[in-house]
Amino acid sequence: MIPASFDYVRAGSAEEAVAALVEHGDEAKVLAGGHSLIPMMRLRLAVPEVLVDITEAGLAGITDAGDHLVIGAATTHHDVATDKVIETHCGVLAHVAATIGDPQVRHRGTIGGGLAHGDSAGDLPAVLLALEGTMVVQGPGGRRTVPASEFFVDYLETAVAADELLVEVHVPKLDDSWGWDYQKFTRVAQAWATVGALALVSSNGTISDARVGLTHMGSVPIRASATEAALAGQSTDAIADAAARAADDTDPPSDLNADADFRRHLATVLSRRALEAAVG
Amino acid sequence: MQVNVTVDGTAHSNEAEPRQLLVQHLRETLGLTGVNVGCDTSNCGACTVHLDGRSVKSCTVLAVQADGHEVTTIHGLATDETTEDGWHPLQTAFHEEHGLQCGYCTPGMIMAAADLLAENPDPSEEEIRDGLEGNLCRCTGYVNIVRAVQAAAAAGNGDGSSVSAHQAEEVSA
Amino acid sequence: MTTTENPIQANVGRTRLRKEDARLVTGRTNFTDDIRLPGMVHMVVVRSPMAHAKVTNVDLTGALDMPGVVAAFSGADLADDAGGLPCAWPVTEDMVAPEHKALAIDEVAYVGDGVAVVLASTAAEAVDAAERVVVDYDPLPAVVDMKAAIADGADLAQSTLDTNVSYRWPLANGDIDAAFDGADVVVEREFVQQRLIPSAMEPRAVVAAPMGVSDELTVWSATQVPHFVRVFLAAVIGIDEQNLRVIAPDVGGGFGSKLDIYAEEILALVLAQKLGRPVKWTETRSEGFQATIHGRDQVQKISLAMDADGRFRGLKVDLLADMGAYMQLLTPGIPILGAFMYSGIYKMDAYDFSCRGVFTNKTPTDAYRGAGRPEATFAIERIVDEAAHELGVDPMELRKRNWIQHDEFPYEMIGTLTFDSGNYEAATARAIEMFDYDGRRAEQANRRDSGGTKQLGIGISTFTEMCGLAPSRVLGNLRYVAGGWEYAQVRMLFSGKVEVITGTSPHGQGHDTAWSQIAADALGVPFEDIIVRHGDTAVSHRGLDTYGSRSLVVGGAALAAACGKVVEKARRVAAHLLEADEDDVEFSDGAFRVVGSPETSMTMQEVSTATFVAHDLPDGMEPSLDSDASVDPDNFSYPHGTHLALVEVDTETGQVELLDYVSVDDVGNVVNPQIVEGQVHGGLAQGIAQALYEGAVYDQAGNLQTGSFVDYYVPGAPDFPTFRTDRTVTPATTNDLGVKGVGEAGTIASTPAIINGVIDAVRHLGVNEVLMPASPRNVWTAIQQAAASGSADSDDAQAAAAVQADDAGPDAAAADNAGQAQHAAGDTGTSTGGDA
Repeated sequence: MIPASFDYVRAGSAEEAVAALVEHGDEAKVLAGGHSLIPMMRLRLAVPEVLVDITEAGLAGITDAGDHLVIGAATTHHDVATDKVIETHCGVLAHVAATIGDPQVRHRGTIGGGLAHGDSAGDLPAVLLALEGTMVVQGPGGRRTVPASEFFVDYLETAVAADELLVEVHVPKLDDSWGWDYQKFTRVAQAWATVGALALVSSNGTISDARVGLTHMGSVPIRASATEAALAGQSTDAIADAAARAADDTDPPSDLNADADFRRHLATVLSRRALEAAVG
Repeated sequence: MQVNVTVDGTAHSNEAEPRQLLVQHLRETLGLTGVNVGCDTSNCGACTVHLDGRSVKSCTVLAVQADGHEVTTIHGLATDETTEDGWHPLQTAFHEEHGLQCGYCTPGMIMAAADLLAENPDPSEEEIRDGLEGNLCRCTGYVNIVRAVQAAAAAGNGDGSSVSAHQAEEVSA
Repeated sequence: MTTTENPIQANVGRTRLRKEDARLVTGRTNFTDDIRLPGMVHMVVVRSPMAHAKVTNVDLTGALDMPGVVAAFSGADLADDAGGLPCAWPVTEDMVAPEHKALAIDEVAYVGDGVAVVLASTAAEAVDAAERVVVDYDPLPAVVDMKAAIADGADLAQSTLDTNVSYRWPLANGDIDAAFDGADVVVEREFVQQRLIPSAMEPRAVVAAPMGVSDELTVWSATQVPHFVRVFLAAVIGIDEQNLRVIAPDVGGGFGSKLDIYAEEILALVLAQKLGRPVKWTETRSEGFQATIHGRDQVQKISLAMDADGRFRGLKVDLLADMGAYMQLLTPGIPILGAFMYSGIYKMDAYDFSCRGVFTNKTPTDAYRGAGRPEATFAIERIVDEAAHELGVDPMELRKRNWIQHDEFPYEMIGTLTFDSGNYEAATARAIEMFDYDGRRAEQANRRDSGGTKQLGIGISTFTEMCGLAPSRVLGNLRYVAGGWEYAQVRMLFSGKVEVITGTSPHGQGHDTAWSQIAADALGVPFEDIIVRHGDTAVSHRGLDTYGSRSLVVGGAALAAACGKVVEKARRVAAHLLEADEDDVEFSDGAFRVVGSPETSMTMQEVSTATFVAHDLPDGMEPSLDSDASVDPDNFSYPHGTHLALVEVDTETGQVELLDYVSVDDVGNVVNPQIVEGQVHGGLAQGIAQALYEGAVYDQAGNLQTGSFVDYYVPGAPDFPTFRTDRTVTPATTNDLGVKGVGEAGTIASTPAIINGVIDAVRHLGVNEVLMPASPRNVWTAIQQAAASGSADSDDAQAAAAVQADDAGPDAAAADNAGQAQHAAGDTGTSTGGDA
């Protein structure tokens, strides 16, 4: 119930946050929305010595940058889900953000936190992978960009180094050729996804680009590349056969809700349904 | 650390360890024990309060993070909690529709519902159920909670349909 | 007894909005964790991370050096002070049970077993210090599975015992051999009642003060049973009962989990005495998942013998009930409460029941909403569906052929109870009408013909239960150490206002309101002029508290009796003051009137004031109208009902969606329809949750894998539809109010309704069993197994098999050890006996 003691740093800017991370190294953790970190601290499964709070570091906000949108890392899921600019240009992201947690969680949880936590069971990684978004990471040497495809390194591990901070998320604007759907399969409404399948398809009868992001199908979030390959240049009739390959080369976890085989099965069914809805 | 926070309209300034959760600050430092704690994993929502007008789980916010902000708890919802005339429409509706039994989840449930109605004044049943996803109740099966939120929404819309069907009813069946 | 309308009085039978709510909706509550006393210290319990181990050393020095720490104790330190936890239901003379100390000393037997306590000025300091307690463990084999526990040469869950079987408890009636030997059809099944975690929203908490509100020891506890707590704490700690006051302040739900005497209550009181300071302990939720009792966890082997026309002949039940590591207050008796209920509402010639209580290295089980009766109801309602399928008749039709007819009450049923009243036909007719049973069957057939992946199922449950736990003689014959009576007192105040004292201890049930309604009508005083007091042994010195749907049936009847005594005393005073013969004074609408001259009258409140001042009372009359009553009905009560569920199963994913739920319950007369409906709603949610969502799972080492709300799925608002409920009214004849109790009905009825519906949706795929909860994984696995075994209806089998071949790997059928698939699918054989 009560976290172990820690020192608290309220960062007023990304630079201040990075400076604190540099100073404290591995002993520091970044606090954003806190909805993964604080429960772990209450159960004393996480015992950071320093918390660097970035909720007031000026990192929230959504900007139209021409061909893409720039979303500050501390922008809440609620704001992502309800923002008109995102709704207009990247509705899939708003849609997925609205499925995260529950309303209270969405009021605190942030897009940067949801991605930097690196949990393949989270809903955001799949959509960022499918959108081929870009993460902007700030460190002591300045900023660098990391494509979503290189961001998720291992279980709960991302490309963000201990002295770095995820500061922005860039997503492309989608034109009208794109359709999308997210199939989130849960035990109860509040639960994490047992498996999720996000389909993002550009099609005019013929599929020019199909992207499928999978939630909770491995130690890191992944795309169903065999399915995507099988759809490129095909008609929508190809969806069923292509979706049957959604779990190819995956190594999903086993837990109480699904063993690996059931997860693979679900991935194929949910991918098919998501793809059909995306082109429907 | 010093925490300056306005709670239910009153400014407070108190010392808090960084590790003190907002819910502990409200309960233990400020004595606002209507804010309940039902879990330690941010699931149950019993501790729901409004932080700058939005519903949050006060067990998953540090007290120091509320520094400089405004909090509304169940204690601040009524204009006068000692008389039914002073209750918030949701408090009246939960009473009239029997939207509570043991009452432990109720403050959090009402605060979540208040935010839900602030964002969507005329929600469908499905929207109400989804909007209360972050709050667990073990007593009611949620049926009368949903009815209460519907009644409060109707009262808010001024069509008078919040008058309880049950009050007039003599026997169900 | 024919079904009648509920009698309506000025208050009883009408919805009155709850008196309790004003505090609860505004947060002006007083839950145990809200209590802060001067000098109070906070207690934290250090718990075993091992399911089974010898404790070789407990080192407290690191903890004692931490800031704010007041004291720390190991189990050995308190061996002489803190007695053992009581078990009030040693079900057989030769039942074996391990000693159950408040803190383990030499051996821990489940993850969560307490080994030490730390007390500090703040809760945070106590938690910090508890982390510094070093306990050395020498691991012992963990016994997790009941069937393994009863095998020859099994490891022992408790090394002080020489067996894992605590007791064997039989019940037999009729010639079971004849019933089975002559049967045309015998259906046999094994059902698994998964372990559940009650999850009342308020975690447990206790505050013990060496000097409370006066000189006595005072304990505030989040309990359903303050009177039990007083009696047993005094007994096990060895303090004088009269010096102990127990208060249950606002209590946030219980569902059986707060019907217990817990180690922390003993520890808090012992340490408050020892330190001379108030001691507070509040459970964290993740701690509660381990340290508060669990429910269910039974394996039921059941066989039903029938004639070819479907008439039931006999029923055999062989039950394994998981006690967990220790006996808590009622642990061994829970399956016994079910023993009387396996025959349900049906007539048959013979019944043979046997239960073994089995120790494992898991959290102790005890009463959870329904306590034994949901398990029994599930088994009979499930096997009746299987029997109907075997016979090729509609499951509702088979029920009708076998249930007790309304004109056969009172009925001595095969489980040795006498059902006083009921009308199964009426409740079923109403449910069928509300549900549109035939229409839904047609819709189901259409879906099936369409061959889609979303199939409909209709689930039926026609249940009854025994509740209103009362008859002390019966309970005594069952070796229950307490009685089952209940107590009420009515205090007539100077102003004519009324205090009602009840021995029940509500924690959400609305007794303040319902008891006010009863007293208002009986005494003829306004509802608003009554206050109901409860939950404090200094206010209500007698009482047996709230559980088992007993409060209204027994406590309400006691209140009615006490009110009756007040009226008789008041009649005597009124007659005296009105200068009339007592026999000529009648009481109605709150006034005493002289027969023949109705204008000559006095109100109850005038009589009350006149009695208080006592200026002019009949000679020799005590100057008081106050009265009390203890009531002990001579039979249980038997609510019943018919529940119908419409479920949709996604045959590709195993996902179940509950589309509609209709319940028609007969709980006898009702005092407050709105409260009754609310009780049904909540009960349904918990029963449906067992069917679809919840299940506590341990790994082979005895670690609870579902240790928080993250993994243990207490459902939320989006997980249910709006239930449609109605009632029929067949008054109970075993109490003066004609009420039957409603707290558990929904939970008892709904679990089999849902599972019957799930199976009905996929029976054409060859499925005739699915493990609970009917999670996507369990449903999908059942469909795959049926497909693999070729038991489906022709085309459907091929379709399902195709899914298997396409999508599943070669080891698809292999169950993974961690999950509930570890339970074997069970014996689902059907045998044909006799000369059929």
